[in-house]
Amino acid sequence: MSNSSKKQFWWNNAQYRSLFFQVLLIAAVAGFFWFIGSNTLQNLEKRGISTGFGFLSQKSGFGILQSLIPFSDSDSFGRTFVVGLLNTLLVSVIGVFFATIIGFTMGVARLSNNWLIAKIATVYVEMFRNIPLLLQIFFWYFAVLRTLPSPRESWSAGGVAFLNIRGLYLPQPLFGDGFAFVGWTFLLAIIATFCIKRWAKKRQEETGTQFKIWQTAFGLIVLLPVLVFFAVGSPLSWDLPSLKGFNFRGGMTIIPELTALVTALSIYTATFIAEAVRSGIMAVNSGQTEAASALGLHRSKVLKLVVIPQALRVIIPQLTSQYLNLVKNSSLATAIGYPDLVAVFAGTTLNQTGQAIEIIAMTMGVYLFISLTISAFMNWYNNKTMLVER
Amino acid sequence: MTVLITTPTPDQPPPVSSVGVIGWLRKNLFASVTNSVFTLIGLFLIYKTVPSALNWAFFTADWVGSAKGDCSSEGACWVFVAVRIKQFLFGFYPSAEYWRVITSFSLVGVLIAWLLIERTPKKGMVAAFTVFCYPIIAYFLFYGGAFGLPVVETHKWGGLMLTLILATIGMFCALPIGIVLALGRRSSMPIAKSISVVFIEFWRGVPLITVLFMSSVMLPIFLPEQWQIDKLLRALIGIIFFQSAYMAEVVRGGLQAIPKGQYEAAEALGLSYWKTMSFIVLPQALKLVIPGIVNTFIALFKDTTLVLIIGLFDLLAVVQAAFADPEWLGFSVEGYVFVASVYWVSCFSMSRYSQHLEKKLHTGHAR
Repeated sequence: MSNSSKKQFWWNNAQYRSLFFQVLLIAAVAGFFWFIGSNTLQNLEKRGISTGFGFLSQKSGFGILQSLIPFSDSDSFGRTFVVGLLNTLLVSVIGVFFATIIGFTMGVARLSNNWLIAKIATVYVEMFRNIPLLLQIFFWYFAVLRTLPSPRESWSAGGVAFLNIRGLYLPQPLFGDGFAFVGWTFLLAIIATFCIKRWAKKRQEETGTQFKIWQTAFGLIVLLPVLVFFAVGSPLSWDLPSLKGFNFRGGMTIIPELTALVTALSIYTATFIAEAVRSGIMAVNSGQTEAASALGLHRSKVLKLVVIPQALRVIIPQLTSQYLNLVKNSSLATAIGYPDLVAVFAGTTLNQTGQAIEIIAMTMGVYLFISLTISAFMNWYNNKTMLVER
Repeated sequence: MTVLITTPTPDQPPPVSSVGVIGWLRKNLFASVTNSVFTLIGLFLIYKTVPSALNWAFFTADWVGSAKGDCSSEGACWVFVAVRIKQFLFGFYPSAEYWRVITSFSLVGVLIAWLLIERTPKKGMVAAFTVFCYPIIAYFLFYGGAFGLPVVETHKWGGLMLTLILATIGMFCALPIGIVLALGRRSSMPIAKSISVVFIEFWRGVPLITVLFMSSVMLPIFLPEQWQIDKLLRALIGIIFFQSAYMAEVVRGGLQAIPKGQYEAAEALGLSYWKTMSFIVLPQALKLVIPGIVNTFIALFKDTTLVLIIGLFDLLAVVQAAFADPEWLGFSVEGYVFVASVYWVSCFSMSRYSQHLEKKLHTGHAR
């Protein structure tokens, strides 16, 4: 360079350069949003669409197949959002429940000493993990549930539950007057058990005396509510479904869309949970188990006090991200017409109102909120259980 | 009198019950009572499912024919798949132009095999050709409009071909964006970092369906009216954004696994940021994350089925549409099993390949 080497150009200064890059970046992002924003305003004006959330209070005018809260076509679009959201949550909760059970069973089974059981679990995991979820949902819905018999020839389980092409019919519990007492007793028993457990742990740390916490918990949480239930005069009856004409009346109906969705979601997600469980258990060094046995711990205590706490550190983060995937995948409901958030709100409501931006933003917002909440929990858990290396 | 035996007596053979088939059975299947019960339950399950499934799929199935009447036995009717296989593979692509699709896919197959197999010469040249020249060739082969090839509109594309196009383009475009985002997320510049974090977390937090809805409904609103984007391209844009966020997290994992000493050594040599990244860090990090990249590709490959919801005809959608043919009613199970086996074979072999790579690439970085 011809100028004196003493002179430093600003682009050789790391601080200025990074400032320059960042200003450039902000300008680019701002320009991008300005481009999109101005186009949007123009396009909306041309199409005559007004922006804003006023449409939420308009009358919806369509019915929804399944709703946890009362809904009719004279309710507002805002209410369709709530109905869809509740249906999404319902599928997610049931799906998480079954996926966890199947996943843990299969994960442990893959590590079983029994060769056959381990192989069956492996085949299960490898088979369902490598087939797209949407295909599995379609399979259960169109190929299995559509071939079920008509209501007149439904399969019956002891005359109280029926399965046919219209859905699964179960007896519905009808809670009588005094049932609230049972619920409150149950709740109080859980709180009491929690307190007793803390007290027992403290006492054990101080004096070494153990307390029979499991027996106490069983007595409080199971036996006490049962006693209360009979004491207030068994205020529970069942509304049984029965065939009236061409269809079943009474009882609880689980629509086939829900059954197909929950089956596919839990089977698919369970394969990933099984892998998480397996990797978690395998991540615990075998020296840990041996050392625990050398200390004279009983086999069940080895599992409870040594293996599981360490395995959970690996399992929980993967497990939460699988739960998250399940919630997000429940949006595939729209493909078979189960009225979840995407089907009802981003589907029907969007078509009726044309408010694309607001509706897609609200739908995405819900999923974002759920994901960010769960990942915040995960970060908190990771920090709490992180190994502190010395 | 003491008797000293100086030569050891020969070892007794192990009891019959602990070696050979019996020993294996006892150890692995009937070690305890509970174990035996589980084994019996397992055997019962296999007895109940496997023979009937095999019978249905192979032994009593119909393989040849051209119409529904040829399916006389009680097993599967593979004739349904055989009759429509061209549609399942190519969608509504004109049959006179099939050679273009086949050429294009064979070419990329050869190129990828060249890059994956060890001990092939001139990998750099081939890689450059794959990245820069092949896309242009593929565009003209698929779409046409030059060199005397007639134009085939994208709404005629479908079947397995569309699935592969969506997955590979989504993947190859998402990788560079993902690398940039990952570098951004680990950057010391606060604004670059926060923009990357927001971008990544946003796309990872929403389901792919809403992304596809967004790209199909909202892109036309976001862009000037004269920009006409067709449905396939809109879906691709959504997929690329979505995939790049996942890719960024995979690459970030690789970047984090590189020991700090590597960065410091590069700095000590006086290398600039970009030189450090492109010559020191990324080559090591990308090598580490190849299995992760393959895994996200598998996920994407399975997720491409969702485009049927916005009206594109991928493999699943074409098969699903074929069920509605009044001449072929009632063969949905065959159709689903066909699609499932295509996906299963591809995904399973890819995941095996990724596991193999993981073992091979484990050269001591991972701690």
